[in-house]
Amino acid sequence: MTKFRVSETMKEMMASYYLEAKNAAYNHVPVAWITSGGPVEFLHAMGVIPVYPENYAPMCSITRVSKDLIEVSEAAGYSSDLCSYARTDIGADMTQGGPILGLPKPDMLIVGTNICHTVVKWFEVHARKYNVPLFIIDMPYLHDGMTKEAINYVVGQFEAFKTFLATTLKRPFEEEKFREALFLAAQVSELWEKVLAMGKKRPSPLNSFDTFIHLAPIVTLRGTQRAVDYYTQFYNELEELTAQGFGSVPDEKIRLLWDNLPIWYKIKYLSEFFAQHKAAFVVSTYTNSWAAIQGNIDTDHALEELARAYLSPYINRDFKYRIDYLVRLIEEFSLDGIVFHSDRSCKPYSLGQYMIKEEVTKRTGKPGLIIEADMNDPRVFSDAQFETRAEAFLEGLEK
Amino acid sequence: MKHFAGIDVGSLTAKAVVIDENNRILGSHIMPVGQDSLAAGMNAYAQALVKAGLKKEDVAAVVSTGYSRKRFTEATMQKTEISCHARGVSVVFPKVATLIDVGGQDSKAMKIGKDGKVLDFAMNDKCAAGTGRFVDVMAHALNLTLGGLSDAALSFKEELTLSSTCTVFGESEVISLLSQGQSVPDISWAIIKSIADRLVSLVKRVGIEQDIAMSGGMAKNRALVSRLEDRIGFDIHVPGEPQIMGAFGAAVIAKGE
Ligand SMILES: Nc1ncnc2c1ncn2[C@@H]1O[C@H](COP(=O)(O)OP(=O)(O)OP(=O)(O)O)[C@@H](O)[C@H]1O
Ligand code: SF4
Ligand SMILES: [Mg+2]
Repeated sequence: MTKFRVSETMKEMMASYYLEAKNAAYNHVPVAWITSGGPVEFLHAMGVIPVYPENYAPMCSITRVSKDLIEVSEAAGYSSDLCSYARTDIGADMTQGGPILGLPKPDMLIVGTNICHTVVKWFEVHARKYNVPLFIIDMPYLHDGMTKEAINYVVGQFEAFKTFLATTLKRPFEEEKFREALFLAAQVSELWEKVLAMGKKRPSPLNSFDTFIHLAPIVTLRGTQRAVDYYTQFYNELEELTAQGFGSVPDEKIRLLWDNLPIWYKIKYLSEFFAQHKAAFVVSTYTNSWAAIQGNIDTDHALEELARAYLSPYINRDFKYRIDYLVRLIEEFSLDGIVFHSDRSCKPYSLGQYMIKEEVTKRTGKPGLIIEADMNDPRVFSDAQFETRAEAFLEGLEK
Repeated sequence: MKHFAGIDVGSLTAKAVVIDENNRILGSHIMPVGQDSLAAGMNAYAQALVKAGLKKEDVAAVVSTGYSRKRFTEATMQKTEISCHARGVSVVFPKVATLIDVGGQDSKAMKIGKDGKVLDFAMNDKCAAGTGRFVDVMAHALNLTLGGLSDAALSFKEELTLSSTCTVFGESEVISLLSQGQSVPDISWAIIKSIADRLVSLVKRVGIEQDIAMSGGMAKNRALVSRLEDRIGFDIHVPGEPQIMGAFGAAVIAKGE
């Protein structure tokens, strides 16, 4: 993984974010646990600190405690077929384990179903335990492209969400601050998109293993000035690096796309493995998803635009959209192939990958590789099996 | 005349092949991997050299392949068995477009282009269903040799179905079929059908295109090849010694470098 100047800044920023969250109760600041695709702008408007089990679970995975935490929740009766983020998070919550010894106690729970429906049941578990209100924003899967109906349906729930926040916090919804949060969030997403577009450079100054890590601020701090400053800095540093002809993978020969979630507990190993083979992941559908959440705020229809943005992530789109999208990325990023992580945990992301791979190859001539693994459960990964498949794929790409 | 060698240490067996510049096989050897994969590979290589009447110094380049390929630090190069099987079989059958390699732990289907280049491949997921290991366990449960199971299967009378593709559950199912009085040939055929079904869906992932060939130790199982031909609807070409195709391909690749 590449060492950027901003890497230190990010570490400090994330540490202070978690410190603030941990001290929230002491400072009488409310905390909401929210899903990764949840509309965080509403929370920022009301001064609620958003906390993400889906950010904490990968932190547990990178620090190599996810296996132990998963075993705790499995011993408590949670099925091994359940998403390993949920198993890690529930285990961390039961033991107050992981790098920051558990997340700060929630005052409310917010779920967006634009990623999956597992999150509903998972957050219900927490709602029962902590006896706090759970607000579900149902964002329908787009079977057939973006529709007016879907947008209106979500807008209705956004309105209800405002009322929910006002009622729960016993103070009126702050429209002015909401506009500000929308403005900042839109800026961050735009900056993130620009950062990711640097992958088009040859050689690419950053790769997906870098962006997986530098994703943390846009997930947790979207809608704040801090995040805007951070990605501005990051983008400037990348511009400098490209001007010097810097490539994040030395002697970059092969350009790839990563599909699906990262394999967190193997991120260093994978980064080194592909770098050794001179293969760079210059784009990923996963990190692109946070660039897709980009509301247009220069409009009287801010909520419609926000609904459209939150319905847009790759995981919420139909297969035809996914195929067209991948074909476009192959072109835009001059790719040689695609690595599909078939993630045992994340069914909505993994479903259809075999068919998608076949179609994309048919249309572009670019091959794909499917790796069976799991983002957080290390018991599913075998180095030798992975290496045989990946090396065979890379041998086929050698020119 | 220069000589080249390939060493293929898979999950079950170690294979070595020594060739000359014309791809002629001068010596080859197959042996179980046992506890020490490096020793098994070196041993197989030594035996192949003896059969070829050559010494290590006579060999210009060696390529290692198979699961333990990385342990052969002396090898000129390491390549995956996918590339090696494809290369080896395409020397024997230049028109091959689809290759099925079934070994002890993995089954692979490959789509092959010019000069044995792998265009696409599919592999079994992390499970022994549909691999040699499955048949080995079943043969053991039936008290048969591998050849014995294949012969028995070809003389089946009644169509039985094995409901489990899992090796562990499959074994207990076989034992219970035996205790129900089902015949060994019928059970053997059910085993072959179950593994063939898994393989057919694997091959379909890369697309079935003629000519089709099969390599790896399981290509020696005549009942399996015959069942696969029926299900696919085309002939399957099997090299004289399919199990050494990975090592042979490795030797051919060694020659090219
Ligand atoms: N004479 C035979 N008749 C039938 N089957 C056989 C015979 N000899 C070997 N086999 C089968 O071949 C399998 C081993 O094949 P092979 O040597 O190609 O595996 P491998 O290369 O060690 O494994 P892998 O490629 O999966 O790592 C055994 O599991 C066995 O079922
Ligand atoms: S990883 Fe997939 S299944 Fe798990 S919470 Fe995220 S979207 Fe849902
Ligand atoms: Mg083999």
